[in-house]
Amino acid sequence: MSFVPGQPVTAVVERVEIQKLRQGENLILGFSIGGGIDQDPGQNPFSEDKSDKGIYVTRISPKGPADLAGLKIGDKIMQVNGWDMTMVTHDQARKKLTKKKEDVVRLLVTRKSLEEAVKHSKGCYPKP
Amino acid sequence: MRVIFNCSKIDSLRSKVDLLRLPLALSTKSISNCKSQLGVVWDKGGLGTGVARKLRPPPITDMDNESTYSGYSYKSSHSRSSRKHRERRDRHRSKNRDGSIRGEKSVVIQAPGESLLDADSPREDDRDDNWGETTTVVTGTSVDSISNEDLTQLSKDSEDSSALECRRYISPALGAILGFVSLITPLAFLALPQLLWRDSLDPCGMPCEGLYISLAFKLLILLISTWALFLRLPRATLPRFFVFRCLLLALVFLFVAETDYRGIVGYAASLVDALLFIQYLALVLLEVRHLQPAFSLKVVRSTDGVSRFYNVGHLSIQRAAVWVLDQYYSDFPVYNPALLNLPKSILTKKMSAFKVYNLGEDNSTNNSTGQSRAMIAAAARRRDNSHNEYYYEEAEVERKVRKRKARLVVAVEEAFTHIKRHQQEDAVTSSPKHPREVMDPREAAQAIFAPMARAMQKYLRATRQQTYHSMESIISHLQFCITHNMTPKAFLERYLVPGPTLQYLDSNRGRQWTLVSEEPVTASLCQGHVFSLRRLDLSLIVTVTPLPFLHIAEEFIDPKSHKFVMKLQSETSV
Repeated sequence: MSFVPGQPVTAVVERVEIQKLRQGENLILGFSIGGGIDQDPGQNPFSEDKSDKGIYVTRISPKGPADLAGLKIGDKIMQVNGWDMTMVTHDQARKKLTKKKEDVVRLLVTRKSLEEAVKHSKGCYPKP
Repeated sequence: MRVIFNCSKIDSLRSKVDLLRLPLALSTKSISNCKSQLGVVWDKGGLGTGVARKLRPPPITDMDNESTYSGYSYKSSHSRSSRKHRERRDRHRSKNRDGSIRGEKSVVIQAPGESLLDADSPREDDRDDNWGETTTVVTGTSVDSISNEDLTQLSKDSEDSSALECRRYISPALGAILGFVSLITPLAFLALPQLLWRDSLDPCGMPCEGLYISLAFKLLILLISTWALFLRLPRATLPRFFVFRCLLLALVFLFVAETDYRGIVGYAASLVDALLFIQYLALVLLEVRHLQPAFSLKVVRSTDGVSRFYNVGHLSIQRAAVWVLDQYYSDFPVYNPALLNLPKSILTKKMSAFKVYNLGEDNSTNNSTGQSRAMIAAAARRRDNSHNEYYYEEAEVERKVRKRKARLVVAVEEAFTHIKRHQQEDAVTSSPKHPREVMDPREAAQAIFAPMARAMQKYLRATRQQTYHSMESIISHLQFCITHNMTPKAFLERYLVPGPTLQYLDSNRGRQWTLVSEEPVTASLCQGHVFSLRRLDLSLIVTVTPLPFLHIAEEFIDPKSHKFVMKLQSETSV
């Protein structure tokens, strides 16, 4: 998931759609994020490449909306409702996720196991 | 308190017995050889008590085939009376009667100050320390000159002569004469023509006056620098500049009748210039070169491993040896032979329990090494638990010492609270009620010594220092501390920490050291040299390593370049 500046980033992503849950006045998604271009990437426990400044899922509340939608801890969020999440600050990411007017967020997330699954499945099929 | 008096009496009696005992066989051949070649002379200035003690028959050894003793003997005796006369730097040639020079040179160094240790050495120390106490032994033999010596004679450090007591004064005297003569040669240049050929001289006008003035000042500077340099280094300048000065002296007499007086005065002025430059050269070569550190000397004491590092400049080995000894007396803690490495109980257990049987082999030469190797291998394989005992025993000893130290500190603190300084104005207030007895420091010390005496005695025994401090010395130290308003802690520092050897020296008597080195002792220090300074009971091994060459690079840091960023890792729940 490391990137070369100036080159397009390719990743295998999964679409996750989370319905926001209303708790009193707030709409919560039930997970926590970490990372951002203004943060220290070396302390990210989930990233493979310690210079990756992307947004990662650091915690999932059990039985929360994110958990039910299939979001896993350690996922890197690539897009939120079409907005890019690979080159944003931590606060910008938070804002994109917590817009009061939206009650559903569609995320594109990537994780290592996805890559491997694709590779694995590629390997099984004979090449045309 | 009575018990303690008896103990101290016994200690003093024991030391007397040691002193009066006749010398037994000496442990090292070199020392015995030294002794055989030594004449017994009086200490400089007649200090020291030793009349009767010196009458000892020298051991009967053949001095001709002595391998360690040859070469120069270096006599350094310290005259405490005047610091300016660094007579320690006197070098005297020791001439060997058989005239052969071995590879290993040993030099005898006489340093002043005798340790209290020798007087109170423990009884199991059988060696003959006592002869060194009062006899300032000097070498009476000489070396014949060989090519090596001729070379070294031209170097700055090697004026050696056979050393009797009075000869030590000859070198400064000779140097003084030469210096004086070199000072008056320019004046002679000026005066003699006036006296002898007054009539035929051309009159000399103003330029002469100028030359006179400059000559006068230069002579003054020469005089001062000669005194300053020369009286501190009585021997060193002589070899090198002896020839030059003699030449100058000769010039006075090789005087050609000259009518040009101004030329003569100019000549005298340039003569004085030359002398001044010689002084400058001497200063640079002998002092400045020695000051800049170039070598690091590691000095290790052989008996207990205490080591120090010193930085010195380019010195000869004998100068370095003297310098090291100077530092030794003030830096090294006093050597206490009572503090051994391992208690005997542990060492004896290390003896192997294996018996090795010789099955009648013929090659007896290989047998011993094979046997010992087998034993060593067997001992190594056997599980050795003596380190355990050593560990526990050491912990036990340390605990005991700490306990006694705590008791001592408490006792001393309490004792010091019993007295206080008597102020004059107190006399008015206290006299009607109870007249306090006013004591002088000695009585005060004796009064408060009683409660702490026992604790002190036990502590000294625990740290094996009891031979160094007699009751008398403790009381006088206490008196000293009271007089100077010292706290109990200041009083105790003398006993809690083993002080430098200098503290225990009796400055009246001389101390004999032997310099043993494989290189000639007047050679300059070089990397990898090892020489040692031996006394009877210990020796100092000195290793020379050059100081590392430093590459110091420069880097400029703009003060505005100090910027910082926060290392954040925040987690937000959405």
